[in-house]
Parts: sequence; structure tokens; C-alpha cells
Amino acid sequence: MKYFIQIYSNPSSRQAWESFSAEEQASGYEYYQRISDELAASGELIADEALADVSLAKHVTRTADGVTVGDGPFAETKELLAGFYLVDCESEARAIQIAGRFPEAEYGLIEVRPVLEMSGGSDL
Amino acid sequence: MNHASKDAATDAVRALRDAAPSALAVLVRRYGDFAACEDAMQEALLAASAQWPADGVPDSPRAWLVRVASRRYIDEVRSDAARRRRESVAAELEPPPVPVPSRDDTLALFLLCCHPALSRPAQVALTLRAVGGLTTAEIARGLLVPEATVAQRISRAKARIRASGERFRMPRADEADARLAALRDVLYLIFTEGHTATSGEALARVDLSTEAIRLARQLHAAGPDPSGETTGLLALMLLTDARRAARTDATGAIVPLDEQDRTLWDRASIDEGVALVTQVLDRAPIGPYQVQAAIAAVHDEAASTADTDWLEILTLYKLLGHLAPGPMVALGRIVALAMVEGPEAGLSALDLEEMRADVEADAPLTEHHRTWAVRAHLLERAGRTDAASLAFAEAARRTLNGPEQRYLAAKAESLRSIH
Repeated sequence: MKYFIQIYSNPSSRQAWESFSAEEQASGYEYYQRISDELAASGELIADEALADVSLAKHVTRTADGVTVGDGPFAETKELLAGFYLVDCESEARAIQIAGRFPEAEYGLIEVRPVLEMSGGSDL
Repeated sequence: MNHASKDAATDAVRALRDAAPSALAVLVRRYGDFAACEDAMQEALLAASAQWPADGVPDSPRAWLVRVASRRYIDEVRSDAARRRRESVAAELEPPPVPVPSRDDTLALFLLCCHPALSRPAQVALTLRAVGGLTTAEIARGLLVPEATVAQRISRAKARIRASGERFRMPRADEADARLAALRDVLYLIFTEGHTATSGEALARVDLSTEAIRLARQLHAAGPDPSGETTGLLALMLLTDARRAARTDATGAIVPLDEQDRTLWDRASIDEGVALVTQVLDRAPIGPYQVQAAIAAVHDEAASTADTDWLEILTLYKLLGHLAPGPMVALGRIVALAMVEGPEAGLSALDLEEMRADVEADAPLTEHHRTWAVRAHLLERAGRTDAASLAFAEAARRTLNGPEQRYLAAKAESLRSIH
């Protein structure tokens, strides 16, 4: 089963991160890297990325006149998607176990969602 | 590719996959190191898949694979040995003539891939490569995951087998039963992974159902089957796969059993599956795969849903409920009951089952989309259109399968518009 693990940030988690010293932040990055390495070694990792700052995000709208691109309205959003892991693992319990290791879990900022399968399904 | 060369390529792939497990068994028997032998065999298979379609399949595909893989293995050990300055090891490695592998060796190889220290995904990947003779790239296309993921899973699995210190041999009798049961579950998992869609990018997908049937045939041929469950598994696969052409329409959308064009069902597979299940029910103790095969056989032999012997199916589901209780078995029994006694009887049984599940905190039943889909179908048949539409919508919301979601959502929509 594939699961999409979304890691969000909110004002308090961002504040906590910013209060860290450079060394603490470095060891924080190492912690994520270690999880990525472990998941790659077990064959469970499909993709993982950290997203760039939301100030670089573009809002895309298509109308009859064509596609327009804007900056908003992300500024008002309190909770932002900060990064994700796409894993293929044995069970939902395992996906939750992985998700529970991220520090953001302490702030309730991790969301695990199953990925839709595109096979033809069964006869039942 | 023209027809002739396409046929040559198909022949070559079939020949190399058939020969792969016994060739690997010979190699492991000779040199002992499963992980390194498996790597060497993978290289030999890649060489064969490049060479055989053009030059033709050799007279003895197995001897060819053993010869090439042995050479690769020895080269590898030699370069290792050179590094470690231990030339004497390599000197002893000149290949002796190819011995005939026993059927036991193929079975031992099957069972090694289902080592209990491995996770299910690792067992699946290793079985497909070591016994199935598929390349890492093909397995990745079949499972719809990146090639690197499959490669990691396999190398990790082999490292675990090595760390466990397991030698290449038949497991003791007391372990063999549990391993065989695990292996059957792995093969069935590969089979269900392969319910292929027929459209778009799915076309390039390696056909895992066909591979699973091929492997189940090999396992079936590899030895006696005292439990009857290997025969049951093969029959179940054949009887289910027989309906494949009718299961999806031209757009890849699901066609439910009662609306399938039964002339598209594969008669030869049905006949073979029915013969297998009939014969095994006579000789072996009854088991879950056999009963599931028997249920599939009743469906396959009926000319339509109305002509189906639902009383027989109900009896079989009750039996299955004793052998292997579970939410999906309970649902199958309820569907059969509704066909025998009518939709209201089915709905009452479903209510009862959900109450029982609630009491026993058996969450899967009440939360599963199939429970909602069954309820929706029963409500529709009972003429309670509005409730049926809501239940279909709920089932669509809960499914993890794309085509199924589209089917259920369309049902919800079509019932909504009737007033």
C-alpha cells in the first residue's frame, strides 16, 4: 500500500524551529535524513521532498481568458505544507509508525493518506 | 516489432522464466551463497533476454543459464579473491557439468523466498525475481513502484536471509507447513496485485496475474500437496482469471459480476479450474483456498446471475466462515443470503453482523467500503433508492481503488436522478 505522509508547519512549530541554534537545526535536518535513509534501505521510500518557502508559491487560475498567476492567498494560511514522504509499506499501521517519528507529530501536524490504486478491482 | 519477432521475444521470455528457478537452484546447490548466486543469475537472465530473441532459444535453456551465471559468479568471486589475495578459492571454482536439479530444489528455493524474517513486500519481490525470473525493472513495472525501491527490497531481503544463517535446504517438516502457507499467501497477493486495468499507462504494466498463475503451477508441480491448498489456490486463480476479459470495459471501468458478458469468460481456464477443485475436494482435508475456488466455480459454471446456485454458494460461505472467519467472508455470506431469501433478509443479516462487529470492536467491517457497497446494492434491489444512493456515495468515499470509486460514484449519481 502506498501512503502519502504530509508534514505541515504552523506558527508554533515554526517558532520552535526558529528558536533552535544552528547546530540544533543541523541535527534536526540529520534526523530527517536518517529517516529517509532507513526508508530507502528498507525499500519503502518512493519519494521525499521538502518544499520551498510559501512566499515562492504561485496561485494558478484558469479562466476563459487564459491562465492567470497570483501570489495569494497563502499568506493568511496558518498551516502550511512543509514537505512530504511517499512510502510504499505493508500496512497503514506501519505508515502511522513512520509518521509518528517526525517531530511535527508533537504538534499534531502530520497527515497520513492512502493513495488510490488504479487496478481493475475484484468481482465482489 | 513485426509478428515473427514479437513471437520470438515472447517465446524467449517464456523459456527463460521457466528455466530460471531450476537454474538458480543448481547454482545455489553448487556454490552455497544464495545472495551472490541470485545476483549472477539476474545478470544471466538479462543477457538471455538480450540474446535469445535474436539468436533463438538454446536447446537447453537451463544449461545455458547455469553456464553463463556460473561464469559471472566465478568472475565475481575471482575479483573479490584478487582483492583479498586469496586466489586459492577461485581455483576450486571451475564449473563441473550441469547436474539435473531435483524438484525438491525448486521447492526449497520457493520456500527460501518466504523466509519468516522477511516482510511481505520483500517476500513478493524476492519470489518474483528468484523464482519468477523477472528482472528488477519488470517487477517495478508490475508493482508500480520505482525500480530503486524494488532493488533495495531485494538486496535487503538477501542480506536478512544471509544474516539469519539459513542454509539452502528444505526446511524441516514442522517449518515447511508454515512456510508453504506463507508462500501461498504471497502468490495470491501477487495474483490480486495484477488485476490489471486495460487503459492508458497501465498497458505497460507487467502482468502479475499471469506470473502468479505460472508460479502456482510450478509450485503445484513441485511436489505432493497433502493439505490440498496449493491445488485450491491454483484453481481459485484460474477460475478468477477466467473472468478477466469481462471484468473491465473498453475504458477500464469496472463491470460487476451480474452485468458481465459471460461469453467473454475463458472456457479453458474454467474447465481446468473446475477439474482441479473437484479432484482436490475429493482427496484432501477441506481448506480456505479450496472453498474459495469452489465458490468461484459455482459462479463460473452459471449462465447468468439468475441461474447461479446461490444456495450452494451460501452453504460454501458458511463453511468458509468456520475455516477462515473474517469480515469479507461475512459479506459474501450476506450477499448469497440476499440472493436466496431476498434483499430485506440480506439487510437484516447485515444489520446483525454490524451490531456484532460493533460489540466485538471489529472495526474493519463497519468501516470497509465493501460493507457500504453491499448495503447499497441490497437497498437498490429493495427499491429504497434514496438510501441506496447515499450508501453508494459513502462506499465511493471510502474505497482506495480509482476505477471502483468511479463505478460507485456513478451508481450513486444514477440513483439520485430517479425521482
